[in-house]
Formats: sequence, C-alpha cells, structure tokens
Amino acid sequence: MNRHLSQRIGFGFTALVTLVVVAPILLVVGIIVVRGIGTVNWEFLTAMPRDGMKAGGIFPAIVGTLILTVGTALVAIPIGIGGAIYLSEYARDNWLTRAIRLAIVNLAGIPSVVYGLFGVALFVIFLQFGTSIVAGSLTLALMTLPIVISTAEEALRVVPVEFRTVSASLGGTTWQGVRRVVLPQALPGIITGVILGLLRAAGETAPILFTVAAFYLPRLPSSPLDQTMALPYHLYVISTQVPGMPIGVQYGTALVLLALVLSMNIVATIIRSYFRRRRQW
Amino acid sequence: MNVRVAGVERIVKRLSGLRRVRRAGGSEFAIETLIRVLGFSTIGFVLLIFLFLLREGIPVFFETTLDNLFGQQWYPTFDLLGTLPILLGSMLVTVTAIAIALPLGVLTAVFIREVAPEWTRDVLKPIIEVLAGIPSVVLGFFGMTVLAPFLRESLGIPTGLTAFTGALLLAYMALPTIISVAEDALDAVPKGYRDAALAMGATEWQTIWRVVLPAARSGVVTAVMLGMGRAIGETMAVMMVTGNAARMPLSLDSLFRPIRTMTATIAAEMGEVAQGSVHYHALFGVGIILFVLTFGINLMAASAILKKRRRGGLR
Repeated sequence: MNRHLSQRIGFGFTALVTLVVVAPILLVVGIIVVRGIGTVNWEFLTAMPRDGMKAGGIFPAIVGTLILTVGTALVAIPIGIGGAIYLSEYARDNWLTRAIRLAIVNLAGIPSVVYGLFGVALFVIFLQFGTSIVAGSLTLALMTLPIVISTAEEALRVVPVEFRTVSASLGGTTWQGVRRVVLPQALPGIITGVILGLLRAAGETAPILFTVAAFYLPRLPSSPLDQTMALPYHLYVISTQVPGMPIGVQYGTALVLLALVLSMNIVATIIRSYFRRRRQW
Repeated sequence: MNVRVAGVERIVKRLSGLRRVRRAGGSEFAIETLIRVLGFSTIGFVLLIFLFLLREGIPVFFETTLDNLFGQQWYPTFDLLGTLPILLGSMLVTVTAIAIALPLGVLTAVFIREVAPEWTRDVLKPIIEVLAGIPSVVLGFFGMTVLAPFLRESLGIPTGLTAFTGALLLAYMALPTIISVAEDALDAVPKGYRDAALAMGATEWQTIWRVVLPAARSGVVTAVMLGMGRAIGETMAVMMVTGNAARMPLSLDSLFRPIRTMTATIAAEMGEVAQGSVHYHALFGVGIILFVLTFGINLMAASAILKKRRRGGLR
C-alpha cells in the first residue's frame, strides 16, 4: 500500500513541477497580450513614430525587421541547404566531415553578441559596408546558418535510402537523385527548418545592435547600405533608453514582435505536421 | 537501417559515382563542386570569426598590463579593464540558472515521457516550443516590467534588478533545451531495464526513480552543458534585468544584488566606444573569452552525444 502512495506522491510531484515550468510561459504571453492589445491598432502598425517615438506607430521597425529577415534568408538558405545536401548525400565518414560537424556545433554555440562583434569587425569596418542592412543581414545569416543546416540535414536523412537506390538503379547520377527525388521529398522538412532559423533571426537584438539598427529613423530605408529600425532593437530602446515612454507603447511593441515570431512558429509547425501526415513512407 | 541495406547503399553510391565520371555533364560537375564548397564553408566561417576576434582583441595585451586585464575593476573611462568582475558575474548568473533549470527540466521530462497521458503531452510540447520561440528581448522586457518589481516587493530588496532575476529568466530560456535533451536520454534507456524492474514487483514510480533516471544520467550531463552554453551567451534578457553594476560578486548576498555579465558589457559599451581605442580592443578581448568558453562547453556536450551514438550503434 505504502509503495502505491509514494508512487502517487511522486507522480503528483512531477506534475506540479511541470506546472511550475508551463504556467509562467502562459503568464508571460498572457500579460503581454492583455496589456499590449489596447495599443495595437491600424495606425500603430502603419504609421511613422512621432514625438520621440512616444506616439504614432512602429511601421519602420516592422518593415526593417521584414527586410532584415529577407536579407538573412537570401544568404542563409542557399548556403545552409547546400551544406546540408553535402553532409547528408556526399560526405564520407572521415575527419573532414567530423570537422564540419564540429564547426556547426561551434557556430550554433557562439553567443549572439559575439556575432555582433564579428559583424562590426568584418562587415562594418573591414569590408566597409558601414552600419547597414547588408552588414546586419550577413551577420544574422551567419548566426542562422547552423540551425538551417542541421534541420535541413535531418529532413534529408529521414528520406529512406531506397529512394536513392531506386534512382541510381534507373541510371540517375547522384546529383540527379538528389535534385529530382530526395530534395522534393525533404522539402517540407527543409522549409520548416528554414522558418525556425529565420524566426530566431527576426527576434534577435544583440547581432544587430552595432551592425544595422537605427535608434530613431522615421522613414523607410532607401538602399541596402542604409540603416534601419528593427522591432527587437526598438523594444529594447523604448523600454530602457527613453525616459517617460508610455507603457502601452512598450507592451504594444512587445506584442507585435511576439505575434510575428509565434505566428511564424505556428506556420512551421503546421507545415511539418501536414506533410508528415500526408507522406507515404 | 539494417546492415544489408547499408551495404547496398555503399555499392550503389560507388556505382553511381563511376557513372558520374563517365557521363555527367559539366554543369553537374559545377553544381557538385559548389555543394562541396558550401559543405566546407562552415569551417571557414568559424575560422573567420575567430580570426577577426583575435585581430581586434589581441592588441589590448600590448596596450595595457596583464594585472589590469585580470584585475578586479572594470571602469573603462579610467582605463581600468579588469575582466574578473564581469567573468564572475557571468559565472554566478549561469550556475544559478542551471541549478534552477536542471531539476525543473529533468522532472518535467519525466512527467512528459513517463507519467502524462498522451493528450497532456500533446498540449505541453507546443507550449514549451512557444517558450523556445520567445525573443530574448521580450523576456527581458517582461523581466523588467513584471518580474523585477515582483521580486523587489516579495523579497524586500532595494532593487529587483539582480543576478537572481537574470538567473530566473535564463533558467526558463535554458529549459526547452534541457527538457528535450533529458527526454532523449529517458528514451534511450533500454526497455529491458524497465521490464526487469517491473517484473521484480517495483511500482512504475520506483522503476522511474531508481532504474530509469540513474540509467539516463549521462544525458543529464549533456543537458547541463548545452544549457550552460545557452545561458552564458545570452545577452539582451540578462542585460535588461541584472542592473549592470560591475562589482565583484563575492559576498553572500551578491545573488540578490545588481551584477554585470560579459555579454551585457559588450552590448552596452560597444555602441559608444571609439574604434581602435584600448576599450574597443578590450571588448573584443571579452568576446574572445566568450568564444573560447562556449567552444569548450559545446565541444564537451557534442563529444558526449557522439560517444553515446557510437555506443548505441547509431550512425
């Protein structure tokens, strides 16, 4: 009898701990939604900021984040998918491949602020891009790369080996097999990975602090060498650097950023589960 | 994949390789070369990052004394560039965060994998994924406006912007990683262990507590490593809630006082520093410390994972 009581206590304890883990997550999202929703309206989303960002909207920050995300995608997607194809379809199990895997683990572990430092040293100063969208996108792309490579490789690897053998037995070369058979099968998984990587880039602040972000720039950027405002940096600025900022604007900005990132997250999850249910193998 | 299929695959790979040499056109050769280059590029990027950190960070060793660099005072305006307080600040916050996150993460993983009914699991997993997706600046903002005032009042301390506040946020940021690694570790425990324990008359809880968890121990080490790597490099959330006072955290109550980490130091000061100054080089020096630390931590975590894979016969 005693043992069963202790089992009940043990199970109850793990349930309690899980509640302690999960409840604050819902609390964070809940508080930001409740306190921010009153500020978010059409004007807030589409107007330029006014009165030292205390009034008006956050349009340039939203557009800036979208531009940076596209810039990141342009660089990270081709390099990332190429690297993943190499690792899953071409690489042999030797020291060179192990070195590549080590490099990916390392890239994934480098703190985001160190990416920012590197971006300053290489893109802003050495290559003379200045504080610009190009410099910021390249920095973010580098940071996103390990996520894209590892998720894309995983997606390629779950395609059964028979697909490749059949392609080869029909006379296809390795590349033909990859291009026409394996890649289409793995595409949903790859897209999911790319979105997950990009949403991290969209929410990051530290790498763009000194490579692209503008404190206050109430217009849209006109060239890739322009600075731009960005949502995460804007939230940081208005919550720490500007005294007397209305709390509603802060929560509204936090809500827009959160909604953007979480909706991308949900899209990725839906793509993954939709295609997982549909696939035949 | 069984051994025979793997053998077939190897043969097919070799055959298709031969055919490629004979028949493949030039464009295909170009594409495959490009893929190879992209595959190797990650090594190049790591080297490039390290090289540029060194290039901008090494000069600081010639511009000031070692005594200064490893001293106890970080006041860049007076050329005092002692990294000890910010290094210890990072350590204090990181270790506290892991001490909070590890038990929470492991027990949550036990609940998700071993205890919870399926529908609960399907609810819990997406919520934890949401946590992984929240940008750190949003968590920092929440910490500033909600958590810090709450801690100040409930603990009766002069300011809520403390090492502990940062550690709490970091703990939750590390939780998704720790939970998923711990889940994998629980999964990897052979079914025979459980069956044997249950057959001996142990309850499910006794089996989990005395057999499954101890057997999954090595996975916990990996979880700690990955969680630490994540926590030590975290910037925005920590900067916004720890108060940023570069003091040596040596007294007993330092956990509940303002503190400053290495990442926050770089993020807060890099914007104002004159390019090429001693201070500028010192910030890159802090970047080198961070790079080397996270490299070491992730290396240990990766080798633990690889070792397990090999032992388990995977890949």
